[in-house]
This record gives sequence, structure tokens and C-alpha cells, in this order.
Amino acid sequence: MAKITTENYVAEAKKAIKNQVLQEALADLQHRFGRGTAECYRQLPEGPDLRLRAHDIRMKDIENLDVVLETLVANIRKNGGHVYFAEDGQAAVNYCLEVAHKHKVRRVVKGKSMVSEEIGLNDALVEAGIDVSETDLGEYIIQLAGETPSHIIAPAIHKTRSEIGSLFADKLDIPYDDDPSRLTWAARKALREKFLAADMGTSGCNIACAETGHITTLSNEGNIRMSTTMPRIHVAFMGMERVAARLEDHDILLRLLCRGAAAQNMATYVSYIGGPRSAGEVDGPQEFHLVVLDNGRSRILADEEFREMLCCIRCAACLNVCPVYAKIGGHSYGYAYSGPVGAVVTPLLVGINRAADLCQGETLCGACQDICPVNIDIPRMLLALRTKLAEGDSAWGVTPADRKEKLLFQAWSWMIRNRRLYDAAVKLAATGQRLFAQKDDMIGRLPPPVHGWTKGRDIKPLAAESFISRWKKSL
Amino acid sequence: MSSQKKVTLFIQCLVDTIYPEVAEAMVQVFRRLGISLTCPTDQTCCGQPAFNSGYRRQAQVAAKHFIEVFEDSELIVCPSGSCVNMVRHHYAELFRNNPQWLQRAQDLAGRTYEFSEYLVDVLGVDDLGARFDGKVTYHDSCHLLRGIGVQKQPRKLLHHISGTDFIEMHNSDYCCGFGGAFSVKYPDISNAMVTDKVKNIIDTGADAVVACDMGCLMNIQGKLSRMGSDIKVMHLAQILAS
Repeated sequence: MAKITTENYVAEAKKAIKNQVLQEALADLQHRFGRGTAECYRQLPEGPDLRLRAHDIRMKDIENLDVVLETLVANIRKNGGHVYFAEDGQAAVNYCLEVAHKHKVRRVVKGKSMVSEEIGLNDALVEAGIDVSETDLGEYIIQLAGETPSHIIAPAIHKTRSEIGSLFADKLDIPYDDDPSRLTWAARKALREKFLAADMGTSGCNIACAETGHITTLSNEGNIRMSTTMPRIHVAFMGMERVAARLEDHDILLRLLCRGAAAQNMATYVSYIGGPRSAGEVDGPQEFHLVVLDNGRSRILADEEFREMLCCIRCAACLNVCPVYAKIGGHSYGYAYSGPVGAVVTPLLVGINRAADLCQGETLCGACQDICPVNIDIPRMLLALRTKLAEGDSAWGVTPADRKEKLLFQAWSWMIRNRRLYDAAVKLAATGQRLFAQKDDMIGRLPPPVHGWTKGRDIKPLAAESFISRWKKSL
Repeated sequence: MSSQKKVTLFIQCLVDTIYPEVAEAMVQVFRRLGISLTCPTDQTCCGQPAFNSGYRRQAQVAAKHFIEVFEDSELIVCPSGSCVNMVRHHYAELFRNNPQWLQRAQDLAGRTYEFSEYLVDVLGVDDLGARFDGKVTYHDSCHLLRGIGVQKQPRKLLHHISGTDFIEMHNSDYCCGFGGAFSVKYPDISNAMVTDKVKNIIDTGADAVVACDMGCLMNIQGKLSRMGSDIKVMHLAQILAS
């Protein structure tokens, strides 16, 4: 299974903040893609409100997911494809291994897929003695470096070209070079050999369409098309929510997905894949398998509060505008999904207590919802997760995260309904603050539990007299 | 002037206890416009700190107190977009299973305005005859901008201040890193965010940074102070009262 390190959020964030190269890369990414995506929405013939329509489309399909999936499966089987419903990551991995074993697969080429990261597919294939190669340039770099993606769409955003130059010199046995285009050529050459030798190709699924019975994959490098057509076997993985009932809706989502993901009107390579090669066709795999992954999604579907999260089409637009992601990068989130989407999805998939920092370590600024191609109310769900952490929740197996904090808010709620008590508390704090060093009318050091504030900032002290008290006097 | 309803002052707790001069500036602006004012002296806090930390029961206590205190008001104005966002949008979430309180909350939400929104959209005022000599930049507070959609109103008001050279900062719509309890629970991330914000402010060469929310300004002021900068932080009401 994939490694989960959500507990290291704060420590990883600190590391990322100190990494100046990463900071510049993230700022550049947000400037290009975040702003670019917003501009793309403004230029849509239907206007940015197409996002709201897309939200309705997604919600309707999610609410009818059983029927929509049944149609998809029936149509894919009709086209000669195999479909497997995997209850969890292990089942999905096992199925893939069985197919590989049956066909004596020794080499696999992979199209980029976050679901495969979620289930830890690469490690499982390697353990089974199969040679696996990522074929997306960014993913290939990450694989050679033995790392994990730090962005859903731009997985190697944290690597510099000189790091990549050294990596390629070491792993591909070429002279050191840090010219991006020459490095890309070197990767291309190495990957062509992988494509030609592969017995099996794997891919994700950007969005499937039930009425036609196809999955759609997008890439800008052509690598997914090669991964899915050159080898004998194609195994595609999709989260069970990634399907549109109608082609018309599928196309709207596709247009928005490309805008959200890369500020493009359409990706360079778009493949609609509906099954294996038919009799008389020269291209395409002999077998096509679609693995539909649950892995906790049914539980999300069953909860009205979080169902909306299944609308997500994993474009990563929210990462490109999130001011927290901009500082801490993708690795801090400790799982396949980073940024605002990760802050909601990861706790729901791996455990809310375990990923508490992900949903609490956000400012609720709302930029994620504004840029989301399907207008998901991420802040609402971050708040809902925090409520579970505050109160505990038996359905999700959550225990209250901080009993001291709960007591504090309990006391706060007694004070807050009574102005006299409130005034007394403020007065007490105003007396207490005299103990703390002040320079130029600013406090430079606060006591626990609020000492974090003054680690990097000062704070203005409480006023000698509140406005309400001044108002009373001057009435 | 389109509305002469009596304005009830809803004073954000940060303004009440740390920045009372902001509320006084707001009073000054309203008096200059001849608006009659009232201010319930029982008010405390809208409940947002508890709500954002997940303590909904405790937030409900604050919200109910707020509703009881403000229920008889004709029109409510607050110098914080974040507090208005709480009343306008989050009270509905807080009372979604309580139809009676939900109704009361919604009635109130429809009469609650943020300061700049009230001046520009309700009163139709954009020139208050204010004067401030110097360069000024503006920070878009998250809940003001994305929560209640106020972006142009403060800029309109700022553009009419004489003597002021207005300069937009880079990424004015980026969060400053305050986020309430976030700033204390995740100080390293919060500090990294406010460091960027302050850099963007300094890069404009501004003498003062203006916003419509003291949460953000408290954060920005704290960073500017730690860095030894003499850039002033001003609530919109303060610069309009000058």
C-alpha cells in the first residue's frame, strides 16, 4: 500500500518553507497556472458560470452513481472490455497483478495516474518482479529519484533542472547536462525503448462516459496514448466517481478539466478508449481492463456532508491558487492528494484524526472554491471536518482531537453570552499583558497557548478601554 | 441619499478590544453623513472563532446571543467583512437543523452590511471628502472578497481620497495568513504567508496599507513591526475619517 505520512504535516511544511528553490517554483506555478486558469474561465463562450452548471452535472451523476456505473460497465463489456470493481487498494493491486501474471507480463509502462499513487501500484508491481516505468516526464523524474509526486499535475515541480541533470547522468548513464530540451530528449529516448518493450500499459481515467462506454485520458506528451495502445494489455484505473452519464456532460467536464489543470482549452492528446482492439484493427491492446476503485469512496458517498467532494475531477486548479500550498508544497500533505483537495479527501480516505493537520492547517480563504472547475465548496467541508475533530464522531471513528481546546471554547461560550463576564475577561487579559515585553507599543512575546503568534510577529496590546465602554461614556 | 435608516453598529471583537479607534473612525464617518447611530452595549462576538475551529455548539451560543442583541435593528453595519460573512453565510449552516433560529438568523443576515459595502452599495456614496497625503495600497481580505464579494467598493472610496496615490500590490487577493486560530496553531506556515504579503506591500513603496478587516491588519501590522518597517496599517474607516 502507498505510504501515508500525514502526521508529518508541520515538520514537512517547515522544511518546504526553508527550501528557497521550491518557494520560487511554487510562486511561478501559481502565477502561471492559477491566474491563467481564471483567465481561461473568463474566456469561455458560456462564461465562468459554466462551472456552476458543471457542479450540477457532477452532483446529479454522483447521486445516481450506481445506475451510471452500471451503464458504463455494461457498455464497456459490450465492447469487449473487462471491468473489475475493487473494494480497496489492495484488491485493485491484486487484480492488476493477476492480469499481469496470467499474461506473463515482465515490463509495464504507466500513464500518469493519481489513483495508482493512492493504491501504491508501482511498489506492488516491482515487488512482483515486474519492471515498471512511469512515462510522464515529471513522473519519470520522480520515479528515477525514488520520490513521490508533489503536485497532482506537475509532479516534479520541486526539482530543479540541475538536480534533474545529475539524476539523469546517474540513472541514464549520460553526461551531465542541465538544458531542459536536451534532458527531455534523453528521457524520450529512454522511454521509447520502454514503450517498445512493454507487455502491459496502465493508465488512470480523467473522466469516463457511461452512455458511450469509454474512458478518456489526457496528456500533453502523448505518453498515455502510447502506454495504452502499444502494449498487449491495458489496465486502466479509475476512482468510482469519475464518470459522467451523458456524452454532452462529459464534454463540458473535459473542457473545464483542461482549463483547470493547465489553463489550456484542450490537452494536446485526448484519447477516448472504449475497449480492446477489434477484429481487423491494427492498433490497440488485445485486452482492456478497467479497475473501478472504491477504497473509501462509498463511505464518502453515503455521507451527505461530504458527498460533494466526489464531484472532484482532480485537475489540481485548487493547488495553483492555494496560499498554503504555495508555501508548504505537496509533500507536506503526506499522501497522493495535496493542496485543498488533499486537505478534504485525504482525511476522508485515511482517517480524520490521522490527517487532522491537513484540514486544520488551512486559512479558509476560499480561493480553492473560486478556481474549482466544478465549484466544490471545499471550505465548507474543511469546516465540517474540523467539527468532527472538535466534537468527535462515531460514524467516522473520530475522537476529539484536543480536549483542552474544547474546555477553552466551553469557557468562551459562557463568557460570550454575558457582556459583564466578557469585560471582566478582557480586563484580566489586559492586566496580564503588562507582564510581557513591549516595544513601541507592540508586544513581542506572548505566553502559551498563543506563543506561536510572536514567533515571527509582534502584536498590538489590548486597548486600555474597549470601544463599547467608550461608547457608553460618550452617549 | 437613498437610505436614512438608523444604523446599528456591529463592532468586531478585535476592533472593540484592540482597535477601538477603528470603530470611532467609523462613527465619525457616519456622523459626517448625518446618519443616526445606535450601538448595543451587550454585544460580544459573532461566534466565528468557535465556528472556524469546529466548535459549533459553542458558536451557536454566541450566534444566539448576537441574534437576540441585534434582532430589533433596522440595519446593521460592521467594520469587518469576515464577521459579516459569518452572519450572512455561516449562521445558516449553524442553524440548518433548527428552523426557528434559522429564520431569525436569515432575517438578520439580510440587514447586515460591511462598512464599505454599506457606503457604496446602500448609500451610493463614494466621495467622503477625506484627505490623506501619501502612497496607499489595499489588501483584499479573503472573506470580504470571496465570502461577500466586496472588491470594488473599498477601491472606489480610496480613489476619491485627495492627496492619495493609490498603488495596487502584487497578489492583493492572496490570503495574508491570518486565518484566526490557524495563525497560532500553524505559526510557521502563517508567518511564511504574511512574509510574502508584507513583501508585496513594501514593494509598492506605500506609506500605508489599507484593508477592511482588522484580523488581516493585525497580522500584517505584527509582521511589519517585527521587521522594523514604518508602513502604517489603516482600516478603511480610519483613512476615510482623516
